[in-house]
Amino acid sequence: MQTALRTSLPETELASRANFAPHARLAREERPVHVSGLPLSIRGLRKSFGDNEVLRGIDLHIQAGQFVAIVGKSGCGKSTLLRLIAGLEKIDAGSISFGDAAIRPEDIRVMFQEPRLLPWARVLANVEVGLGRDRSSSDAHARAEKALTEVRLTDKRDQWPSVLSGGQKQRVALARALVSHPRVLAFDEPLGALDALTRISMQRLLERVWRDQGFTAILVTHDVAEAVALADRVLVIDEGRIAHDVMVNVDRPRERGSVDLAVLEGSILSHLLSADDRI
Amino acid sequence: MSFIDSVSLPRNFRLPRVDGLVQWIVPLAIIAIWHVASVTGFVPVRMLPAPSDVALAGWKLLQSGELIRNIWVSFWRASIGFLIGGSVGFAFGLANGLSQLSAKLTDTTLQMVRNVPHLALIPLVILWFGIDESAKLFLVALGVFFPIYLNTLHGIRTVDPQLIEMGRIYGMSDSELFRRVIFPGALPSIFVGIRFALGIMWLTLIVAETIAASSGLGYMAMQAREFMLIDVVVLSILIYALLGKLADSASRVLERLTLSWHPAFQKR
Repeated sequence: MQTALRTSLPETELASRANFAPHARLAREERPVHVSGLPLSIRGLRKSFGDNEVLRGIDLHIQAGQFVAIVGKSGCGKSTLLRLIAGLEKIDAGSISFGDAAIRPEDIRVMFQEPRLLPWARVLANVEVGLGRDRSSSDAHARAEKALTEVRLTDKRDQWPSVLSGGQKQRVALARALVSHPRVLAFDEPLGALDALTRISMQRLLERVWRDQGFTAILVTHDVAEAVALADRVLVIDEGRIAHDVMVNVDRPRERGSVDLAVLEGSILSHLLSADDRI
Repeated sequence: MSFIDSVSLPRNFRLPRVDGLVQWIVPLAIIAIWHVASVTGFVPVRMLPAPSDVALAGWKLLQSGELIRNIWVSFWRASIGFLIGGSVGFAFGLANGLSQLSAKLTDTTLQMVRNVPHLALIPLVILWFGIDESAKLFLVALGVFFPIYLNTLHGIRTVDPQLIEMGRIYGMSDSELFRRVIFPGALPSIFVGIRFALGIMWLTLIVAETIAASSGLGYMAMQAREFMLIDVVVLSILIYALLGKLADSASRVLERLTLSWHPAFQKR
C-alpha cells in the first residue's frame, strides 16, 4: 500500500496537486508507480564489539521504497545497525536480506555525517567515484553531471571541494551516492554537522530525491523532528533492541511545525526520555 | 564588508608582483655591505675578496669552461644520486606504509641505519669505492633515502581512514584506491621529504667532493684552497647557495602544479 505512494512526479507537481486536489493521494496512485527500492529483512541480528553487545537481536522488515528513520540515544546501536545494513561491519549472528533480487554493490550506498570527498578531485570527479565499476565508462561524465543537476550544483562542477560550504559538500556527497541509482540508501546522520537553515533545505532535497528515485531510505538521526518530517516510519532503538516502531501517517509534502508532526515528535521524544529515566 | 574589501583587494594585486623581488632584497643588501666592507678595507682582501673580484674570478672560470664543466659534473652526481636514493626511499616508504609485514620486517633496521650519520661512512666508502663516481653517488643516495622514506611512510600512514573506507565502499580495487586516494593523500608529505632531501643532497655531495674527488664544485673549491685562490673558494660557496635555492624553487613549482587542490596553494 505504502509503496504505491512512490511516484516519479517532480516536487512542484506534487505540491500543486496537494494544494488543489482534495484527493491528491488517490490521484497519485493512478500514476505509473516507480519503485526502484529493495525490501529489507533483518532477522535475529546481533553485533558485539569485544564484551560490549551493541545489538541484541533486531527483527525488522522494511518495505521496498519505504523511508525509515532510526532514532535513539547515542551509543544505542543505531549507527551500528546502519553500518551492518550497508555491509561495513561483519554480522555476528542473524541475517540481513534484500528480497529475492540479485544485488550489485552499486545498489546499496551510504552517506555519512562527513562528506568524505577527495580533496584532490574536482566536484565532478568526486561524483564519478560513486559510479563504482562504471567509473571509466564513456558516459561517466554525463551521468555525474546528471546527478549534480539533481542536487542543483552543476555550476560547481569544476571546483575543488575545499572552496565549497558544508552544505554544498554534503550535496556533492549526495550526488556521489545517487549517481549509481542505488536501491537502498543509508544515511548516517548526514545533516548532523550543518547549521539549522542548511539542514532544512537539505531535508527537502533528501525528500525530493527519494521521491524521484524511489529507493529505500534508512536515516539514522538524533533529531526527532527531522525523523518525523522525512520518514514513513520511525524506529526507536534502545539498548540494542527496537523499543518502538511508529508509523508517520502524515501526507506529503509535510508542513514543518504542523500539529500532526509535533504530536508525533512529542510522543517519540517521551519514549526516548522515559528510556533515559530508567538509568 | 567594505572594510574587508578595501583591506584585502590592494594586497591581492600587489603581493604576487612584489613577492618575486622582495625575497632578493636581503641577499643583495648583504652583497652591498660586503662590497663596502672590502672597498674600505674594513675586511682584509686576503680574508674575504670583494664581490667584484669574486665575479671576475667567476668570469675567468666561465671563459675557460672549467666552471661549467665542474657545475655540470656536480649537477649530474646530485641528480643521479637523488634519483637512486629517492626511488629506493619512496619504494620502501610505500611498502612499509601499505604492508604491515614489510614494516615489521624492515622498519627497525632502517631506523638503526638512519641514526648513523651518513657522512661518517666516508672513510669506509672511500675504501670500498675509491674516489670513484660510485662513492659520491652512494653517499648522496644514502643521504637522500631517509627523508624521502620517512615522509612517504608518514604520508601514507596519515591518509584519512574515512576516505579509505569511502573508497572501499565505492568499490575501488587496491590499485585504484592507491592511485585515487592513498597516493594523492600522501603527496603533500612526500614533497616535504623531497625538500629536506634536496638540502641533504647538496650537503653530502659538497662534503664528498671536498674530501675525495677529481672534479666537481667541491673539488674546485679544495683545489683553489691549495693555491690560495680565495676568490674561487668564495665563488664556489656562492654557487652552492644559488644551486640550493634553484633546487628548492624547482620543488616548489612542482608542488604548486601537483597540489593545486590544496587550500594552501590556491590563489585567493
